[in-house]
Amino acid sequence: MHVEQISVFLENKAGRLAEVAAILAEADVNIRALALADTSDFGVLRLIVNDNQKAIQALKNRGFTVSKTDVVAAEVEDRPGGLNRILDILNRAGINVEYMYAFVQHTGKNAVMIFRIDPIDEAIKLLQKNNITVIEGSKVYAM
Amino acid sequence: MILDIGFETMPREDLEAIVLRRLKATIDRVYANVPFYRKKFEENHITPNDIKSLEDLKQIPFTTKEDLRDNYPFGMFAVPMDNVVRIHASSGTTGKPTVVGYTARDINTWAELMARALAAGGATRGDIIHNAYGYGLFTGGLGTHYGAEKLGASVIPVSGGNTKRQIIIMKDFGPTILTATPSYALYLAEVAEEMGVSFKDLKFKFGIFGAEPWSEKMREEIERKLNLTAVDIYGLSEVMGPGVAIECHEAKKGLHIFEDHFIPEIINPATGEVLPYGETGELVFTTITKEAFPVIRYRTRDITSLNPEPCICGRTLIRMNKVSGRTDDMLIIRGVNVFPSQIESVLMEIDEVEPHYQLVVDRKGKLDTLTVLVEVGERLFSDEVKVLQNLERKIAKNIKDYLGVSAKVKLVEPKVIARSQGKAVRVIDNRKI
Ligand SMILES: [Zn+2]
Repeated sequence: MHVEQISVFLENKAGRLAEVAAILAEADVNIRALALADTSDFGVLRLIVNDNQKAIQALKNRGFTVSKTDVVAAEVEDRPGGLNRILDILNRAGINVEYMYAFVQHTGKNAVMIFRIDPIDEAIKLLQKNNITVIEGSKVYAM
Repeated sequence: MILDIGFETMPREDLEAIVLRRLKATIDRVYANVPFYRKKFEENHITPNDIKSLEDLKQIPFTTKEDLRDNYPFGMFAVPMDNVVRIHASSGTTGKPTVVGYTARDINTWAELMARALAAGGATRGDIIHNAYGYGLFTGGLGTHYGAEKLGASVIPVSGGNTKRQIIIMKDFGPTILTATPSYALYLAEVAEEMGVSFKDLKFKFGIFGAEPWSEKMREEIERKLNLTAVDIYGLSEVMGPGVAIECHEAKKGLHIFEDHFIPEIINPATGEVLPYGETGELVFTTITKEAFPVIRYRTRDITSLNPEPCICGRTLIRMNKVSGRTDDMLIIRGVNVFPSQIESVLMEIDEVEPHYQLVVDRKGKLDTLTVLVEVGERLFSDEVKVLQNLERKIAKNIKDYLGVSAKVKLVEPKVIARSQGKAVRVIDNRKI
């Protein structure tokens, strides 16, 4: 049930984000979700794409430092308190969310969010036990 | 393998007798043939007859890089140009380059010493040597080339640059020995990885790296990434070129100096006082067999120490430790002396830090600021910003703790730091003083 996320190291300079987007477009890779966490000097760009291998190769060829991380994609009810419910479940089990970000696409009336959680397998089991829909990687890449 | 058993394992007493005889002959020749030396001797009321023992060398004043520049281009040559068969020059970052010359016999001596060095580093006549030192005015390329031929090995004169082609040659020709600057060796590893070529599939056994200071941690990284045994070679054009000193691959602990041709001393760079074995200071060389370009007590500006202990390889030649810095690389930042090599040591102590760094010094108002750029490679990278921020803080704290100077640490993308002809540019000083 893991989803593979690509992380890219970026210096905080104008145009770097656009360059990554252009490289991926050129490699015929579609970006499914994207979030940038940055400081005054550097940023970490997190991406969910339709073809990890192709994306990593294209970025490495252009000299970027790239890594892969396993994350969780879960459906969040699109109503007040929807996200809070998930965080609450994890929090009560003492599981820490390092970061999260939203997916552009919805599934039906639900939003999809990406969570970086540790320990990941324990978190997935816990969410499923609480009737939260966890979406498989293959489905996420094709969304 | 010890190529010249006679000289490389000679009892110290016998060696010292030969060294003294050769030193006296050299002093006689420079006094007679080089006006610069005659003048220096006369100013200090010294004649060649005053040099009766190796101890007496201390009486003679030092020769500096400025002295060589003042006599640009051929003023320090001790033979007529008719006898000079080769000229090399070292790039002058400021002002004129220093020009050196060789007679046919000098070229032969150099080839022999370089052959000895290659043999100490693991090469034999059956090896194929991929020589990625630059060919040209720089002594690295041709010096290594002649030594490889003298040894009887097969040399690929690939020189520096065109790195992708080098990787293809490595795959197709199957060289077994790599000679290059250590930073270029790491760059070769990067490019090979990008091209999907693994050094595990190549045939390298030994790498002989020099022409810039490098650390033990960098050796570990090179050995791991290039899948070979890495040894350090030392030389400078003013003294001869590569092959002045070499690590034996058996010990990999200090570089044996070919003392039958060069006399080493370590001095306090501030006072000129000769320091005892084991103490760290500036390395000084006197050549005792060179014909065209002898140097007497030449200050190399390299920082190291000498180790007289016997070596497991059987050589009786003294060892110099790895060069840890240069006297002229020393930066003074807010009154603190900083050597780039110290920053490198700090970085190497932090696990997994890539050895690609650069120091940038600026002056804002009256205050000097030091920024340390560190390239983020795959091993260092994390998808969590706080991990990277903690790394920046840890590096800055260690620099402050060990060097006593505050630095801003900035993580940068790979290959942001300029590499000039395979040599990483370690210091950018933007201060207008
Ligand atoms: Zn040895």
